[in-house]
Amino acid sequence: MRDDLLVLARDLRVKFTTGVNAVNGVDFDLRQREVLCILGESGSGKSVTLRALMRLNPPTKTIMSGTLELGGRDVVQASENEMSDLRGPFVSMIFQEPMTALDPVFTIGRQITETILRHENISRRKARRRALELLELVQIPSAKRRLDAYPHELSGGLRQRAMIAIALSCRPKLLLADEPTTALDASVQIQILLLLREIQQELGMGMIFVTHDLGVAGEVADRIAVMYAGRFIEEGPVADLMRQPLHPYAKGLLGATVHEGSRGKRLTTIPGAPPDLRDLPGGCAFAPRCTEAEGACLAHLPELRTPVPDRAARCIHVDDRPAAFGERLAS
Amino acid sequence: MLHIDQPEDRGGPAQPLVIARGLAKYFPLKRGLFGSGGAVKAVDGLDLEIKKGETLAIVGESGCGKSTVSRLLMGLIPPTAGEVLFDGELVGSAALPAKEYLRQVQMVFQDSYASLNPRLSIEESIAFPPMVHGLGRTEAVERAHDLLDAVGLAPGLFAGRYPHELSGGQRQRINIARALALRPRLIILDEPVSALDKSVEAQVLNLLMDLKEQFGLTYLFISHDLNVVHHVADRVLVMYLGRAAEIGPVESIFAAPGHPYTRGLLASRLSMDPTKRRKTPPLTGDPPNPVNPPPGCRFNTRCPIAEPVCSNSQPNLAAIGHTIHALGHEAACWALVPGSGHSLATRKVA
Ligand SMILES: Nc1ncnc2c1ncn2[C@@H]1O[C@H](COP(=O)(O)OP(=O)(O)OP(=O)(O)O)[C@@H](O)[C@H]1O
Ligand SMILES: Nc1ncnc2c1ncn2[C@@H]1O[C@H](COP(=O)(O)OP(=O)(O)OP(=O)(O)O)[C@@H](O)[C@H]1O
Ligand SMILES: [Mg+2]
Ligand SMILES: [Mg+2]
Repeated sequence: MRDDLLVLARDLRVKFTTGVNAVNGVDFDLRQREVLCILGESGSGKSVTLRALMRLNPPTKTIMSGTLELGGRDVVQASENEMSDLRGPFVSMIFQEPMTALDPVFTIGRQITETILRHENISRRKARRRALELLELVQIPSAKRRLDAYPHELSGGLRQRAMIAIALSCRPKLLLADEPTTALDASVQIQILLLLREIQQELGMGMIFVTHDLGVAGEVADRIAVMYAGRFIEEGPVADLMRQPLHPYAKGLLGATVHEGSRGKRLTTIPGAPPDLRDLPGGCAFAPRCTEAEGACLAHLPELRTPVPDRAARCIHVDDRPAAFGERLAS
Repeated sequence: MLHIDQPEDRGGPAQPLVIARGLAKYFPLKRGLFGSGGAVKAVDGLDLEIKKGETLAIVGESGCGKSTVSRLLMGLIPPTAGEVLFDGELVGSAALPAKEYLRQVQMVFQDSYASLNPRLSIEESIAFPPMVHGLGRTEAVERAHDLLDAVGLAPGLFAGRYPHELSGGQRQRINIARALALRPRLIILDEPVSALDKSVEAQVLNLLMDLKEQFGLTYLFISHDLNVVHHVADRVLVMYLGRAAEIGPVESIFAAPGHPYTRGLLASRLSMDPTKRRKTPPLTGDPPNPVNPPPGCRFNTRCPIAEPVCSNSQPNLAAIGHTIHALGHEAACWALVPGSGHSLATRKVA
């Protein structure tokens, strides 16, 4: 195994005791300094996947299977203690609603300091100095004064920054972000996206960023994985995927996204609704809504196909000729 | 005659459907330990017109007062100052009593779930308002079924369902159908697609455009999504901290924004092209506290071109467009006012 591999997932599955099959065989690698965006609509399994990486789904109600390794350490079978050692120093997470991560009764400075002291054997003074550095890193103005602020005293944008500071407090190698800008204004959203990208590069972290907004992925991702009914139905470099998606669902999503130039035109829509995750169809889960579907689509789950190196989609209508790209270039 | 059909156009096409003048809403702060007596100036002196048949969009950062404007227009809260005219009649006057006005104006909110009664079936939810206004049960149910058809939900499948049995997009369609049930003339849509997935958002936006045509509606459309606004609006009002920063035809505003705040807001849109990512955020910082708005132009504390005049006095909306396409394009910025003392303002021609 290459030692810059942060995440290795093979046939990762997450099922709930309620019968919901939330994640249904996800494969991916994430390397150091790489940013993967998981793009998908509500209920597609983005958050459950992200929580699975930290094993944060409710333990008594979750059945996890397949292979999942963080930095070479197995997550599926790890003990609770082993997981606690990973959370913080190796992997941490930021959320859409900062108040879920911030404790309203403690100051920002105290929360960062405590997080550091829980994982590292350093003095309180040193921890507090690091807390100040972190607030400066996330570009909170008058950082020194803000150490003593309570979460409710900060604006939405500043709270988001404070939450990011807390997530970074143990210098994780991998940062997970679950729609951290969805509730923000356009002007604050772009600030936070640029900040995350900057910090990710500065600290050399890997990042997995969950979003339902293609535009957001376009600002931060190196690669995009499009998720539908608990599977990655397409994966590839951000620019290629945004310019020319391969999978009919990814194409549909792109067409439905309001963009400059759509004014006065009808938007393309995707008919129907996502499948019931308690009772998934046998083959391609998108087939019942797909205009290109045929009998074979429902017979088996389509394999990942690779029309050009570095891109893949689960659709039988996509070429599987890794050589085709070179041939076309040559002709 | 029961008041359940769309009322006639009284003022004619040239008469704006809505005129709001000097609209203000201050929310008094709870008296704390120090007996403050201050107030949140959520809307602070806003003039606005909505023309018949148009879609006017309001954009602006969170907390700038968009929803307060819609609640004022809906009569859900009393204004601190100002008046509203509907088709030329003063709302609340003998010519247009509040109750009659409220039937002609309906609202659709962001939260599709909270706006529906969980104990009423879809059919009952839609038929209820017309029945309250005196329409018989049979006719009201018939109308509910027609409206379900109009919003693309087969009555046979959906009429008997309850809100929890529907997806977010389906619930939002029900809210739209219900808003249509009293045959209103104006629909206020406050972030109607913000909670929806992109594929569902597209369906609802298409639907809103179709219904507007079919029912001869006028929309006030509030959204923080500038791409959505560009897609649906005829005119755009840009608000900043309770006041109008800019107003005008959508194409003119998007092509040639006059106010530095509008420029920053538009530049904050996602690029949709990974090869053209921005490097620096167009706007920094947060809007100031609406309890103590800064003196002068409210944007001066974050404005890249602020000069002393900007913190001295408050600019008003003034025409900035000079072409036919920019007719009615106005911005409130001293840099655009000749003779204002701002160095970027062209010198006053005698
Ligand atoms: N703890 C749980 N118990 C049972 N089902 C769950 C649990 N958490 C999530 N689910 C279900 O798993 C599916 C995937 O949910 P998930 O939260 O991952 O969606 P998502 O892609 O993040 O959607 P959204 O964009 O709405 O956040 C959904 O059907 C959801 O209801
Ligand atoms: N009932 C209320 N009491 C006190 N303050 C209020 C009340 N309603 C709104 N405000 C304040 O008035 C200001 C304007 O709020 P409003 O809801 O109109 O903003 P908005 O532009 O709709 O924002 P958003 O985009 O977040 O919906 C905000 O500062 C808000 O906190
Ligand atoms: Mg989620
Ligand atoms: Mg609002």
